[in-house]
Amino acid sequence: MIPSAFDYVKPASLSAALQEIARLGEEGRLMAGGHSLLPMMKVRLSSPGTLIDIGGLEELKGIQVKEDEVFIGATTTHAALEHHADLARALPLIPMVAHQIADPTVRNRGTIGGALANADPSADWPAAMLALDATIETISAQGKRAIPVDAFFKGLFETELRSNEVIVGIRIPLKPGLHGAYRKFRHPASGYAVAGVAVALFFEGKHCSGGRIAVTGFSSHPFRAKRAEAALAWYDGGPQQTERLLDMAFPEIPPLEDRFADAEYRTQLARTMLRRALSDATLDRPGT
Amino acid sequence: MNKLNDIRPAGLVGQAVSRREDPKLLTGRGRFTDDIAIPGLTYASLLRSPFPHATVKSIDTSRALAMPGVIGVLTYADLRGKVGDIKPNWVVGKSIVPPHPPLADERVRYVGEAVAFVVARTRQEAVDALEAIDVDYDVLPAVVDEEAALRDGAPQLHGNVPGNLIGVFKLGGGDYAAAAARADHLVQVRLVNNRLIPSPIEPRAVRAIHDASDDRLTIYLPSQVPHMSRRWLAETLGWPEHRIRLVAPDIGGGFGAKMHFYPEEILVAFAAKHFQVPVSWTETRSEAHMATSHGRAHIENVEAAVARDGKVLGIKMRSFANLGAYLSNMATGIPTVNTLSFACGNYDIPVLDGEMRLATTNTTPVDAYRGAGRPEAAYLIERTMDAIAAKLDMDPVELRQLNLVRKHQFPYRPFSHPHFRWDTGNYEGCLDAAVESIGYRGWRDRQAALRSEGRYIGIGVICYMEMVGMGSSVGLRTVGFDRGGWESAQLRVHSDGKITLFSGSMTQGHGHGTSFAQIVADVLQLPMDDIDVVQGDTDRVPAGHGTFNSRSMAVGGTAAHLASKQVLAKAQLIATAMLEADAAEVAYAHGRFFVASQPERAVSFSEVARMAYVSYKLPPGMQPGLEETVFHQPAGGVTSFGSHAAVVEVDIETGHVKVLDYVAVDDVGKLINPMLCHGQMHGGIAQGIGQALYEGADYDETGQLLTGSLLDYALPKAEQLPTIRSSFQETPTPMNPLGVKGIGEAGCVGAPPVIVSAVCDALKSFGITHIDMPLTPPRVWRAIRDARAATQGAQP
Repeated sequence: MIPSAFDYVKPASLSAALQEIARLGEEGRLMAGGHSLLPMMKVRLSSPGTLIDIGGLEELKGIQVKEDEVFIGATTTHAALEHHADLARALPLIPMVAHQIADPTVRNRGTIGGALANADPSADWPAAMLALDATIETISAQGKRAIPVDAFFKGLFETELRSNEVIVGIRIPLKPGLHGAYRKFRHPASGYAVAGVAVALFFEGKHCSGGRIAVTGFSSHPFRAKRAEAALAWYDGGPQQTERLLDMAFPEIPPLEDRFADAEYRTQLARTMLRRALSDATLDRPGT
Repeated sequence: MNKLNDIRPAGLVGQAVSRREDPKLLTGRGRFTDDIAIPGLTYASLLRSPFPHATVKSIDTSRALAMPGVIGVLTYADLRGKVGDIKPNWVVGKSIVPPHPPLADERVRYVGEAVAFVVARTRQEAVDALEAIDVDYDVLPAVVDEEAALRDGAPQLHGNVPGNLIGVFKLGGGDYAAAAARADHLVQVRLVNNRLIPSPIEPRAVRAIHDASDDRLTIYLPSQVPHMSRRWLAETLGWPEHRIRLVAPDIGGGFGAKMHFYPEEILVAFAAKHFQVPVSWTETRSEAHMATSHGRAHIENVEAAVARDGKVLGIKMRSFANLGAYLSNMATGIPTVNTLSFACGNYDIPVLDGEMRLATTNTTPVDAYRGAGRPEAAYLIERTMDAIAAKLDMDPVELRQLNLVRKHQFPYRPFSHPHFRWDTGNYEGCLDAAVESIGYRGWRDRQAALRSEGRYIGIGVICYMEMVGMGSSVGLRTVGFDRGGWESAQLRVHSDGKITLFSGSMTQGHGHGTSFAQIVADVLQLPMDDIDVVQGDTDRVPAGHGTFNSRSMAVGGTAAHLASKQVLAKAQLIATAMLEADAAEVAYAHGRFFVASQPERAVSFSEVARMAYVSYKLPPGMQPGLEETVFHQPAGGVTSFGSHAAVVEVDIETGHVKVLDYVAVDDVGKLINPMLCHGQMHGGIAQGIGQALYEGADYDETGQLLTGSLLDYALPKAEQLPTIRSSFQETPTPMNPLGVKGIGEAGCVGAPPVIVSAVCDALKSFGITHIDMPLTPPRVWRAIRDARAATQGAQP
């Protein structure tokens, strides 16, 4: 548990951080909360030459809740998202997800931007971001980009991010009639999602007009269950419709397999989490 | 609660005095081995085998020696002829002891076995240098399973252990064949007692400094058994014991793992002298998973001969224990003496035919871990009782009540054994209280109602007993134990009347600094603030065996009590001389000796203490000083027991188990400090629930450890544990003057069977009678899936 020798810089501003990134090139590695990177370094699975610590940059922190959207700074901690009163009113799915991440200690340090950039296949935020149709805003020496979340996750720990790019924040549209839910089955040791499902259902009056379903922990990267999404219109929460959605959600994706969960069990968990998330979101709808 | 510390001293035994150690530990002022500052300290790291079984053809350390900061590298070539093998000190029967060098000698036999030892100026340099040691291995086939290891054709580990069979241990009494012939039913169960990784919050650590001017070694080691660790070091290194000072500072949990004897302390001590630099090593958590002894790892095949009415006539066991690649300290004793002796549990079963086969395998050595054989015994008999209840369609609580050893049968000789003797018991008291407290009848009604709502609730109730504080030395010797059964206490009264207790027991979080002071303060009727407790320093504490087998109170506490009484007796004689009174007339209360008929004629305890040293007015012939040393040799062990009850709910769609309620009713004799006793139960139960639901060390079939970190090995966290309702029944033992037994291990003896029982009860309607631990969600879900498939197959 002793990392290889490394250097450490803590730039005072975002522009200084971009200069460090340019100066260090491949040798540099961005760190925000450090809760994924430092454990990897301690077992020497990662040995960056220099850590560029952006965790303290005020310009990357903060939560802005507006009429039609929410903006979350990249280095906002999970704990800040868990306990934000305006957010809890405007977009309760966010605190709901934050509350289920790891434990309070990790939530106090870990950041949403760090988690998205790391793209752990079992992380919680990716599912929530996919369900909420977020946009990930970045900056680099080449300028700013707004990456739609659907184009962000590419594979196991792989994202659309370029090596010199910093996530500035996440923009999430606020749409009327949204009812969200997140269910995860925690690995008993790591606390990561063995399977996690975020759903965002839209209701017009009492009936569902559609929505998004996103799954994490199930395969190499989080994904949307688009066939099931297409069948969400007029979803009534009844058992027959629900089972049909479940059958459509997972069929063609090869599940991850590990000591804890083989393909069959992981599929069982994912179906169960989806069923429960749909139930949560449906029970939460108007008139119930 | 703090107020209790101010109560009048007499009557302190039995009071929930708050822990005197907490302020320093909770404010970060504890001093653990890794905190000991030594000028010029260097850092060690170990190259460990990545293979479960291989020939070491060559080791080239030249590149490592050239690395920055490297002071030296040791391999077995540097130790040969200078350092002895690591020897177990409990060797049961005719067990074969394979050689175990501290660094691999031409062969490695488990993943994590130490191959080379680097000393460098910094931790980083020490770890960097490991990557520059070149080892040429020839990989050999490996075997990890205890049954497979004993089959023909299995890979062989040691030249002197044919067939990998370390030994076969038999224990029993009565005629099982006759019992089986009389029985109406023979009920068989096969159980895997899962291998566990002890996980104290403080990993192992060592620091040593050799003083060349007087050729003395000082070694800091978080040892549960400081004097024993010193003895083993001296024996292995061939150094005289009186030139080794072993200090055990604050310890962050031991659970048995910190009593065993490991290569690292030998290597650090040797290197400190060899390289003439102070050397330190602190284990990483990943190293702890592969290089610190594991626990449990049995396969139990049990058969019970049962009469129609539910009376159990006899138990037969044909079991296997996995001891790992080498024999750790107590490896052969745990699955044999410590398991088979208690195989009939709390039940009046007249016949036992027990056999345990001990296998060596390409895995981390297995040794005593909190409970140490007793959890295995309680688990096998309690699972068997559940199987019998299922077979006879009896209520499992009624079946247990029918078979219990009754209060009037104590002292009780289990299975008519000529030497075994369980001192006291009131098993029915604990069982009835647990049944009442959990609300057994009410839950049975609710269970049925909730089933109709699709909820799967299960209720478990179990009994357990265990022998703790085992002795005497003679008795221990007959089972092959190479340590005494006594404990020492030296009570020194200083000239101002303040007191230091030097105790051979060793706290590792137990709160001995509080509970032992309570014992002394109770006898001497002095404030606890006047009494310090010193443990864990072989230069200060005269002798000791330390803390294991839940022995501290029954043996070490008794020694402290007896030493206090001797001090008081001598003080009374001095007071008599000072008061110029008749001895029969001098009374004592709360720090004051006085003439009973004239209470104003008095001297204080501190005045007596001063007189003991200025010594001009002592009774004729009395030696000056006020200090007594007691080596308390117990006549035998004492038996703790209890009943635990649990209610669980199983989520049948995921296999997740939630414990809804947990009741523990334990009888550990007299309680010295009830708060510490509740703490012991809570910790032990947490570990027991860990074994039942979460923990399990897994190897793949090639011998690689799959649970190499806490990301894979699930230690229970607070949110994964229920609120525990612990309570006590007190049946004092006549075996010691305090009436105390032992509590340190009780929780993890009782918890595994009650949790498994409750889960299987919840799943009874599926036809599930047993699932092997740990009852992880996937395992429970698959059991349900398989049971459903079987039912559908049977009823198309």
